[in-house]
This record gives sequence, C-alpha cells and structure tokens, in this order.
Amino acid sequence: MNLPIYLDNNATTPMDPRVLEAMIPYFTQKFGNAASRNHHFGWVAEEGVDYAREQVAKLIGASEKEIIFTSGATESDNLAIKGVFEMYKDKGNHIITAVTEHKAVLDACKHVEKLGGKVTYLPVKEDGLVDLAQLEAAMTPETILVSIMYGNNEIGVVQPVKEIAAIAHKHGALFMTDATQAVGKIPVDVNADGIDLLALSAHKMYGPKGVGALYVRRKGPRVKVTAQMDGGGHERGMRSGTLNVPGIVGLGKACELAYNEMASEAARLSALRDKLQNALTVLEESYVNGNQEHRLPHVANISFKYVEGEGLMMAMKDLAVSSGSACTSASLEPSYVLKSLGLSDDLAHSSIRFGLGRFTTEEEVDYAIEVTKKAVTHLRELSPLWEMFKEGIDLNSIEWAEH
Amino acid sequence: MAYSDKVIDHYTNPRNVGTLDKSSTQVGTGLVGAPECGDVMRLQIQVDENNVITDAKFKTFGCGSAIASSSLATEWLKGKSIDEAITIDNMDIVEELALPPVKIHCSVLAEDAIKAAINDYRVKNGLAPIELEKSHH
Repeated sequence: MNLPIYLDNNATTPMDPRVLEAMIPYFTQKFGNAASRNHHFGWVAEEGVDYAREQVAKLIGASEKEIIFTSGATESDNLAIKGVFEMYKDKGNHIITAVTEHKAVLDACKHVEKLGGKVTYLPVKEDGLVDLAQLEAAMTPETILVSIMYGNNEIGVVQPVKEIAAIAHKHGALFMTDATQAVGKIPVDVNADGIDLLALSAHKMYGPKGVGALYVRRKGPRVKVTAQMDGGGHERGMRSGTLNVPGIVGLGKACELAYNEMASEAARLSALRDKLQNALTVLEESYVNGNQEHRLPHVANISFKYVEGEGLMMAMKDLAVSSGSACTSASLEPSYVLKSLGLSDDLAHSSIRFGLGRFTTEEEVDYAIEVTKKAVTHLRELSPLWEMFKEGIDLNSIEWAEH
Repeated sequence: MAYSDKVIDHYTNPRNVGTLDKSSTQVGTGLVGAPECGDVMRLQIQVDENNVITDAKFKTFGCGSAIASSSLATEWLKGKSIDEAITIDNMDIVEELALPPVKIHCSVLAEDAIKAAINDYRVKNGLAPIELEKSHH
C-alpha cells in the first residue's frame, strides 16, 4: 500500500491508464484538426471524435448527434443555463434550481438574474433531496427551465430526477441536470429520466481534465441553446472552438470503461463505503450527512461532532479527503450544502467527505478507518467542546462571542 | 496550503493540554470563539501570590493553526507575570508560527483568550478587568 491514500474522488479522479493509452496517438500522429474536412489528417481526427461521441452517447442513452463537447461541466452548465435563457426568452424568463447545486449552476443563474431573469432557488429537505411539492408550487407559466443536479458533489445524494423532469414537462419547461458526479457511477438514461440537457465531465470518471460534454435533446422536444462563444460554429453552432481531440477521445474511452464496469464497480465501492461508514459511525456523536438510500455508491459525508474538520484533516495524516469546513476563507463560512440541510454551523465545520474510487482498495479503506478513528479521538482530547459535552453542559446555553 | 514546521510541531505534540480548576480563585479561564465560526479556545492560567503565572493549560476546537497558536500561548505564559502576559501580541504568534494571512484570526483568538483569562482572574480577585480593544475579527 502506497501513502498518501487518495479518498477525494469527488474532487477529481486519477486517469485510467487505458484512457491515457487511447489518447496518446491523438497528440502526435493523429494530430489533425477535426474540422479539416479535406485531408487525411482532419478525417482521422474527426473519426476519433465521432467514435468518442458514440461512446459518450451510449453511456447516457443518447444519440451521438445530441452530444456537444465542451471544456468541462462548468462550461456545460453555463452553456445550458445561459443558452436556454437566451434562446427561450420569448417564452418566459423564469428558472428553477436548488440551493445545493454546484457553483457553476448557481452562479450561471445569478448571471441570468442580472440579465433580467427570475430564478427560484429551492431549499432542500433535511436529507438533501428536493421537495417535489415545493417544486410543483414554484412552477409558473413563465418557467422555461428546471435545473437540478443528479448526484450531489458534497454529500452524494441522488435527486428524484425522473419525477422532477415530469413536473418540469407538465408545466412546459425544459429539464436540465448537472450529472457530473453521477454519470459513469450510476445508470443515467436521458430518455428514461426525461432529461433535456445534461452536463458531464471527463475528469470525474477517470478521464482527462479540461474536457466535458453537454447533452442537448434533439427530439421531443428539439432543444436549442444560444452559443456563449462566437467563432467557427463547431458543434452544431452551439460551441465554437477547435475540438480538443485527445481530450475528447479520452472522455469517450472513459465513458466506454464506465459503461462496461459500472455495475460491478458500484457494488464493490458501495460495499467499501459502507464498511468505512459503519466503522466510523461507531464513534460517539458521529453522523452521516444526507439521504443514505438515494446516494452515489462511492461517497460518505460524515460529521464528527466537537472536532473541527480542517484540524481533523491535518491529523488524518496520509489521507487525502475533503472537509465542509472553510477555515481558510475570510468569512469562515462552512459548506453551504451542509448548511442547507439544516445542519448547525458547528456540525458543518465538523464534516469530512470520503470519496472512494476505481483504484481504492480494501486495504486502503481499512487504513483510513484506523487513521480517522485515532484522529477523532486525539482531537476530542484537545477539544473544549467535547469536554463540555462530556460534562453534560448544553453548548447552546453558552453565550459565545461572535467573531 | 502547507503548514509551517512549527505549526505541525505544536499540532502534533501540543503543550499543556488540559484543564485547571476553574472555580479556584488562583485560576483564570478564558473561553473565546464560537462553534459556528469553527474555532473555540479555552485557555487557563494558574497565578501565584506574586502575580506570576505558574501553570497554563488549553483546549481548542479548531484548525491546526488555532491549536498551535493556543499551545504556543501556554508555553509563553508560564513564568510570566500577569503584567507581562497582557502584552503578548497576536503578531508575535503569527511571526513565531509563520502563519499565513488567512490564519491570522487564529492568533487573534489566542491573544483574546490570554486577555480573557487574565480578566477572569482579576475579576475573581476583586480587581477591575482590563479594558480590551474590541476584537478585530
């Protein structure tokens, strides 16, 4: 076992060597511009792109004509939200999203508000899921788009996408989903789920960074987005810019591997995740954040009460994880996702996200369990809050100095 | 962001972790910060009849820099008179631990904890609390 151990696979994933292998020829021999329609080099590059388009489409049950390659999920989110707002502005100006979305969606929505659009940011229930009745109530005749993520990046909860899509469609709106964390991890099918636009990224599924895609439905309804960059009119006019051929080939290969290995991999990872979670929630005052039934197989977000996440990570030597605490920011604000579940700030500060991945072994999980347990115990010995808790003092009864 | 060696040293081997009897008139206790903000420090001093700090203990809920700042503070407090202790400035802690700008608030909290402990001791012993400038974070 090599240290340190990487358990931050929701941030990014290592590239699968098979993906790298597929990409390499496209840097050197097959270097052509996929838009060069009149010579061999262009054709070879285009062939690589076309094949990748099929591989991506297959993974999400789409047609290859519905895949727009982008630089990643952030660009896809921006293109979908701003592009739909511009394209459908005669129809309405209202967009619905949720407070737990990724910043790429939230900030694209803020941009839309600056352009005169109206945005509803739905709260979520304590388990992180959107309340369907609240969504229904928020729909108006002006609503053109509902944008709700598939799987959450911090807590891993999987939204009832199919039901959300049905509500959006019933009111004549399009349904878009940021599926960055879900695609390649759990079955995603744009037709079965009723998805009109879907953002995905290669580097979250063992592909390269800097490449992603936006699925744009072509039939029932035919969806269009206004391009957000001007240029050569690539990707059916929706996304200009010379195609990142090696990256796209890598994304395609990553999708193919995920398609073939998803079922067995999800079973393996959820077993490892459950082992980790069960071992760590044996610790007193530790809680799993978010719905545990509707959840991605590879992530567990756990709050260890009375210890602070960043301090805890420092004690979890040789483990690369992520914390909901943001002690480095000037605002000292903990994760907005955890807070929107109704978690108190101190619990949000005490959270650690464990993100398992394709290359995570059982030995590594066992090691992580031991290190985390020791770290929590060590930090609680240092924690005045733990001491107060043990003495039966209600922390809410203390007048804390605001700072 | 990497931590300085001194922060890691204090974090890994914190000095003077523990609890003094807060009901004793010889003991001053400062509890500063708030759980919502992600850091809480409790610093305690034991003072002898000559106004010299003979012992200091801390417990901290917070990041590595907060733990290191309070650990360092207890080291510095031991052996100092109350009057010397009150002059400890947060920037001395910043310098000693090489804290980056985003972690300066940890040192401020440590300074606040020292002052709060001294004031608690003073009030317990019939002295007026020292006027503190309002905390700067």
